[in-house]
Amino acid sequence: MTTPLIEIKNLHANIDGQEILRGLDLTINPGEVHSIMGPNGSGKSTLAQVLAGRDAFEVTEGEIIYEGKDLLDMDPDERACEGVFLAFQYPVEIPGVRTTQFLKAAINAVRKHRGEDEIDALDAVKLFREKMKLVDMDESLLKRAVNEGFSGGEKKRHEIFQMAVLEPKLCILDETDSGLDIDALRIVADGVNAMRSKDRSFLLITHYQRLLDYIVPDFVHVLVNGRIVQSGDKGLALELEKKGYSWVEKEPAAATA
Amino acid sequence: MTTATEQTINEFTGKGYKHGFVTEIESDSLPPGLNEDVIRFISEKKKEPDWMLEWRLKAYRDWLEMEMPDWQNVNFHPIDFQKIIYYSAPKKKPQLDSLDEVDPELLRTYEKLGIPLEEQKMLTGVAVDAVFDSVSVATTFKEKLAEAGVIFCPMSEALQKHPDLVKKYIGSVVPTNDNYFAALNSAVFSDGSFVYIPKGVTCPMELSTYFRINAMNTGQFERTLIIAAEGASVSYLEGCTAPMRDENQLHAAVVELVALDDAHIKYSTIQNWYPGDENGKGGIYNFVTKRGDCRGDRSHISWTQVETGSAVTWKYPSCVLKGDDSIGEFYSVALTNNRQQADTGTKMIHIGKNTRSYIVSKGISAGFSDNTYRGQVKVLKNASNARNYTQCDSLLMGDKCGAHTFPYIEVGNSTSQVEHEATTSKIGEDQIFYCTQRGISEEDAVSLIVNGFCKEVLKELPMEFAVEADKLLAISLEGSVG
Amino acid sequence: MIRLSDEAALQLTLNGTATEWLRAICEQGAAKFAELGLPSRRHEEWRLTSIKQIAETDFSFSDELPALSPKDVARFDIPGMAASRLVFINGRYAPDHSSLQSLPAGVTVLPLMEAVSSHGDLVQQHLAKHADMTDEAFTALNTAMLGDGVFVHVPDGMTVEQPIHVVNITTCAGEPLMTNPRNLIVAGDKAKVTVIEDYVCPDDDVYFTNAVTEVVVGKEANVTHYLLERESRKAFNIATLNIHQSESSNFTSHSVMLGGASVRNNIVPVLDGEHCFSTLNGLYLTSDKQHVDNHMRVFHNMPNCDSRQYYRGVLDDKSTAVFSGRIIVARDAQKTDAVQSNANLLLTDTARANTHPQLEIYADDVKCTHGATIGELDDNAIFYLRARGISEAAARGMLIHAFAAESLERMDIEPIVELLEAELYKRLPEGKMVQATL
Repeated sequence: MTTPLIEIKNLHANIDGQEILRGLDLTINPGEVHSIMGPNGSGKSTLAQVLAGRDAFEVTEGEIIYEGKDLLDMDPDERACEGVFLAFQYPVEIPGVRTTQFLKAAINAVRKHRGEDEIDALDAVKLFREKMKLVDMDESLLKRAVNEGFSGGEKKRHEIFQMAVLEPKLCILDETDSGLDIDALRIVADGVNAMRSKDRSFLLITHYQRLLDYIVPDFVHVLVNGRIVQSGDKGLALELEKKGYSWVEKEPAAATA
Repeated sequence: MTTATEQTINEFTGKGYKHGFVTEIESDSLPPGLNEDVIRFISEKKKEPDWMLEWRLKAYRDWLEMEMPDWQNVNFHPIDFQKIIYYSAPKKKPQLDSLDEVDPELLRTYEKLGIPLEEQKMLTGVAVDAVFDSVSVATTFKEKLAEAGVIFCPMSEALQKHPDLVKKYIGSVVPTNDNYFAALNSAVFSDGSFVYIPKGVTCPMELSTYFRINAMNTGQFERTLIIAAEGASVSYLEGCTAPMRDENQLHAAVVELVALDDAHIKYSTIQNWYPGDENGKGGIYNFVTKRGDCRGDRSHISWTQVETGSAVTWKYPSCVLKGDDSIGEFYSVALTNNRQQADTGTKMIHIGKNTRSYIVSKGISAGFSDNTYRGQVKVLKNASNARNYTQCDSLLMGDKCGAHTFPYIEVGNSTSQVEHEATTSKIGEDQIFYCTQRGISEEDAVSLIVNGFCKEVLKELPMEFAVEADKLLAISLEGSVG
Repeated sequence: MIRLSDEAALQLTLNGTATEWLRAICEQGAAKFAELGLPSRRHEEWRLTSIKQIAETDFSFSDELPALSPKDVARFDIPGMAASRLVFINGRYAPDHSSLQSLPAGVTVLPLMEAVSSHGDLVQQHLAKHADMTDEAFTALNTAMLGDGVFVHVPDGMTVEQPIHVVNITTCAGEPLMTNPRNLIVAGDKAKVTVIEDYVCPDDDVYFTNAVTEVVVGKEANVTHYLLERESRKAFNIATLNIHQSESSNFTSHSVMLGGASVRNNIVPVLDGEHCFSTLNGLYLTSDKQHVDNHMRVFHNMPNCDSRQYYRGVLDDKSTAVFSGRIIVARDAQKTDAVQSNANLLLTDTARANTHPQLEIYADDVKCTHGATIGELDDNAIFYLRARGISEAAARGMLIHAFAAESLERMDIEPIVELLEAELYKRLPEGKMVQATL
């Protein structure tokens, strides 16, 4: 039996006193691609934020074990250094901080955590160039402030580019497909697929099954009201697409794969 | 700008004041002048409790020690306080039980003003209190309001029927010695409106007061006090007009709002006092202290004002955000034309945690006028997570007017975010051309553009009055773009 | 010895000068100072800056030039910057530490007091013509006491390539000193020059620098002025810069406030010809109980001029800062394009920022915008950085750096930028790490 990369058990989380996650369970093994789908307000993005360590959310019950360690006990930056990566639904603009500066800071933080030396400036440039190709990102973006004035598509590609540079173990994609046209979606998906490996796991959070045409998941889970009510394979996503979310909302926790 | 446009603008801004008639009503007035006896007279005339007289006298004594402020960006003739009449009431005015008993001449006056009290009673569902010179003459819808537990009556009546409520709150937001004109008002105010919305009650209709200065040489010193108890909510509107007279008349009102936990007060003003003629002769000096106290948690006070009248305006409707999570708002359109001067804005004092304030000010200057926005945003040390956003836009029409923006922002808490943005511009020739090319007259184009410029504020007005404000802007602008 | 709070101090004893016209200027200053007296907190322009400490300190004046070794002076060099250098110690010109090579022929750079004798007509033509004393007690005080400073004259069409670095060193262990440096910079038509005013102290002495600089910018001339305020943490500094711009001229001011207990920076450009451009760029980094007050008054007197004010401040500990900027657009100054922005970053709950960005506009065809912000570091940005593995301290450091760097990016002398960057890293959380990423 494989050791899970991450185990989420009975997770409850609040924001401003309002309970969003109500007993969520999820286990992801190394190399697996999971997709979480659900209607608006079901708690999808909350899950992503809680995994990344956003302190606006309060975890009231449950635990998250990541590589045998208590994830909830770690600061956001510690989680990132341990290999948890969140591709933001709304990447933040940071005026005045150049993208290259930002990436170097991030790479060096991760390296330092692993006890490695800082990256050499030339190697950094080489690494950036190589990874940019993966998502067909324009090199000029590197010189600009982080996400500032980037188009919606550029922001999303930038997220995947960062993922490629930082090489995390758990990649959480929070509605990375939203706002992308079909070409951009394909580019992003290709980037993600290129990164799939037996040691790296993915959690794709999405509202539509469209993304799953390009990144084929091993498991699909349906999140309703802060809990996973159904799990299955890719077929579940197609069925959802056909029948809409009302279908699962009516049939709570009927079948669990 | 083309000469044709200039001409249109000049015509447009010069159409004159339409509320400038005088009503021939016999009035019961004191001779001009101010001393303790005058105050005693007013207090006695109103059958006030003793404590109220003492309160007034204290204010008067404070006032004597104070000096007229001079920091505002306005110039006006010195005021001779001994030449003002401090009490003038329509003579035919015993206790009125219904509108039928109101002097028909007065009712016609209100009709001319566009406030048909009687019709209003039937049709619009707005409760009106009308203050003529210094005295409240008619309050509509009393019974219906009483059913809901709402008290809406002249201040003089409140002092007799609800003295404890008045005593508890009057002067608690604007102390008698707060400033020169507030002190004067406290000493001599003759009437005004009193509103009390009990716990949990949403006032079933808009409340409204119309103020009219009619008699010569009178000052109008009304005092308004609105209290919204826990969870209560009310929307209140005041409108003001005055006859055209060559001398300047003083209007020095005090408005106090108190919002307890979860209460909501929306206070709208359409101020159209006589602005003086195109040479700056006559007009009202409008020196008003308005302050709202968000005393309770999650309370919310919103000021909206459309200021088109008065020769000189000097007022800063403010919010003291004491309760946690309380909200203060200020939406203002101030339009000055001819020789008018306005120095207006707001103060938002953040004291409680998570308090929010929002300021939108639109200043329009035309003719030889000066229009100043002056506002203070102050975040005290313990006001964590306070937020303020201020937007001040000025529109200049003609090259002989001035537009000024003087914000004072003071922040002593690092978790707060305060933003101020301002712009000054003129109506673009291309905008007017675009409109005229589509067949709109230049005059309508200017009106359209000004209206668009003010949209954000006008949409805050209660529906019944938005139309009125719109017309008022167009009239006040007549003759003015450049 | 002088204590400004004493009534008697208003009757200033003037410095002896043999030059009659100069004496007349000083007398005017003294009379104005006596008339105005010191501003109190009730004075609108001084509402947020107390001068109580300045008023109540006994200041002496220095007559002698303290002996400093070349090494003592060299520590205030700006590494890598080739410049003409004039050094004043306690207000006295120090020729041994100064070097005025590589000036093009015809360009005059001298201590003002020397220029009064050697270039009397030129100095008389401009001195005290632009420093407005109407309501400025400290300008009047400076004019009355008129200390030495730099005199720069660049004739029509000439360019001075290397900047002129004016180093004002104050060293007065134990005895508070007052200096009144007076500078005059005259750039002829199409002339080009950069002057750096630098205020430093080797120790942590108590003293008061009350400087006034007049800048005359000829037609199509281009003048850049730097103010590096690196005074001791116990010093008081009031620096007033009055600029007169002629048609199509370009003036740029960069001010950096790092030191001082209480600092006031007054900048008043008068745009007196069409098509002028004026830029006022400033950065203040305050900590402890420092107080910094930046006071800008930009007079758009003529049409078709542009002005820009960009002031940013990072406030730590219990420090306080004031920004008061006013754009005054005269009746006929149509097509004015003016921008004013002030941004403040509060790092602690005890720091305090006050900002008054003001517009006073009498012309209708203008584009004036102003904006001010006071706030803390953006939580979302910090979280985003942390989600990429960057520690909270480093994230804060990066964001503070980014905030301040915007001011530095506007500066055109690389060695100054580097010097200031280094100063910035010293003050940032994880400064070294931030530096390494750049």
